[in-house]
Amino acid sequence: MGLQLKPQVDAAIRAHGTETYPDECCGALIGRDGVVTETLALPNMTEEGPRRRFKVRPQDYRAAEGRATQLGGELLGFYHSHPDHPAQPSQTDLDYAWPFFSYVIVSVREGVSGDMTSWRLRGDRSAFDQEDLNS
Amino acid sequence: MPNTIHIPTPLRPFTEKNESVEVSGATVGELLADLTKKYEGLRRHLYADDGRLRNFVNIYLNDEDIRYLQKEKTPVKPGDSLSIVPSVAGGVGAGLQARPGSATSDLSADEIKRYSRHLIMPEVGVDGQKKLKAGSVLCIGAGGLGSPAAMYLAAAGVGRIGIVDFDVVDFSNLQRQLLHGTSSVGRSKLDSAKDRLVDLNPLIEIETYETTVSSDNALDLFKPYDVILDGTDNFPTRYLVNDACVLAGKPNAYGSIFRFEGQASVFATKEGPCYRCLYPEPPPPGLVPSCAEGGVLGVLPGIIGVIQATEAIKLILGVGDPLIGRFLIYDALKMRFRELKLRKDADCPVCGTHPTVTKLIDYEQFCGIRPEPAAAQATGASVSEWETTSVDLKKRIDAGDDVFILDVREPNEYQICRIPGSVLIPLGELPRRYAELPKDKDIVAHCKMGGRSAKAQEFLQSVGFKRVKNLRGGILDWIDKVDPSQPKY
Repeated sequence: MGLQLKPQVDAAIRAHGTETYPDECCGALIGRDGVVTETLALPNMTEEGPRRRFKVRPQDYRAAEGRATQLGGELLGFYHSHPDHPAQPSQTDLDYAWPFFSYVIVSVREGVSGDMTSWRLRGDRSAFDQEDLNS
Repeated sequence: MPNTIHIPTPLRPFTEKNESVEVSGATVGELLADLTKKYEGLRRHLYADDGRLRNFVNIYLNDEDIRYLQKEKTPVKPGDSLSIVPSVAGGVGAGLQARPGSATSDLSADEIKRYSRHLIMPEVGVDGQKKLKAGSVLCIGAGGLGSPAAMYLAAAGVGRIGIVDFDVVDFSNLQRQLLHGTSSVGRSKLDSAKDRLVDLNPLIEIETYETTVSSDNALDLFKPYDVILDGTDNFPTRYLVNDACVLAGKPNAYGSIFRFEGQASVFATKEGPCYRCLYPEPPPPGLVPSCAEGGVLGVLPGIIGVIQATEAIKLILGVGDPLIGRFLIYDALKMRFRELKLRKDADCPVCGTHPTVTKLIDYEQFCGIRPEPAAAQATGASVSEWETTSVDLKKRIDAGDDVFILDVREPNEYQICRIPGSVLIPLGELPRRYAELPKDKDIVAHCKMGGRSAKAQEFLQSVGFKRVKNLRGGILDWIDKVDPSQPKY
């Protein structure tokens, strides 16, 4: 299993990461059958410092599900950026992870988007497994 | 009539792809129990090992978050619907926890014993105590405010506490700086503080930095900490700490004290105002005396420093209402707290929408303590032309020169020590009493250390006195160099 990003989706995630640098960006991935056709950029509402944290509010989560339904697709997961850090999930990412979602992470170094990876929570919540990412 | 629970996308694989599930029960907790009984696989994702709902699982009864109702005990009526709404979060490292992974490290038996009064409170609990253990606070100064703050932070189990100071312990510190005892007089404050904090709690890390915070080192110093606790006593450092907090994205647990009044707030959070939103410009130098000049009630920093520590702990725990956008003013004489609302200023030069201060500047100059070189050249006046030294003053007195010595301190300071022959007119009375001064004599103005008298000199020049000099270093310098028989304060 893997995740496929349409080219405009890949570009939108990278652009969002650059735009909010040095803060983290976040957004929803919408599509169907493992293909992301649309992103929904969401405000980073963390109260713990956006340089190292992101948080999607419940109402924004609901908006993302609503948008997916409206498009006849489903919510496949979320993306966020790691400013000046590698595209590897952190302990915090793991603590907050939901099953079956794809978590796309883009590394943004000195304002330039670099590596992009995608991850899924293991069934017992013990770790993330990397999934293939094609764009 | 059963109730329905709306299931979010990532949990639908557990509910046979159903978007909603019918359940029954009298409370939110019972509905959720019925749900996890039907679909056992959900339990791990909704509940933590201790049986509590995970903190990123939001449950809405109709459109209300049950956290603001009666949580899982909230009663449900027929037809009410529940929604499970995910919080999606994450980020680099462990967020407020600087050391990845440490947030999940378990508490030792020693820690469980030590922090038991925290652990039994639901607002802290084991998870909160782990957050404190993974958290870090940098205290700027190990003085009046830094003492109680660092001691309570250490006792509470904040995992890493940094202290910046360069001073040595003086007898005059002991009236309020409880980190230091009589036996520590003459020792470095950092050594004294470290001993005290390690004794209070050997399970945490104490980092010490023997330096002054400067524009060169502030951002590096702040980087490895979650919260900065400003316990400074002067304006240049206060503006420096504020600006560095904004630039580094670190919250500033702020406090200040003077005589009987204290102030506290939390500045430089993303959504809240910073110190410059409140005070865009520093006061003119000398106008606001420091504690060394104006005095401070010894217990006052105990109250304000502990408020700062409380805010730092709340920020780390993520509980309660922080003092963001609120400015707390405490009057010890009236025993009254007041609160001012603060707004983030869109035009703030540091945290506004179009900041003009994007790196740290020269804060001594910003606060007018050192004249701008260009300005000094333009007027042709060197600083020393308006100053005199204790030794020169003594020579002139001994030589029989008719020098008028103006003491601008307060009467109670005058009672402690004085320069023989000096005349006392407190700075605040000078505007209505300057006519008492001779225009045909050299006047030497002095205070305790030279700050207030510089202000007096400036004022006297502005009303036509041409022959006024400031005694550099004030009466403390006079006692050091000329008359060591008098007590210093």
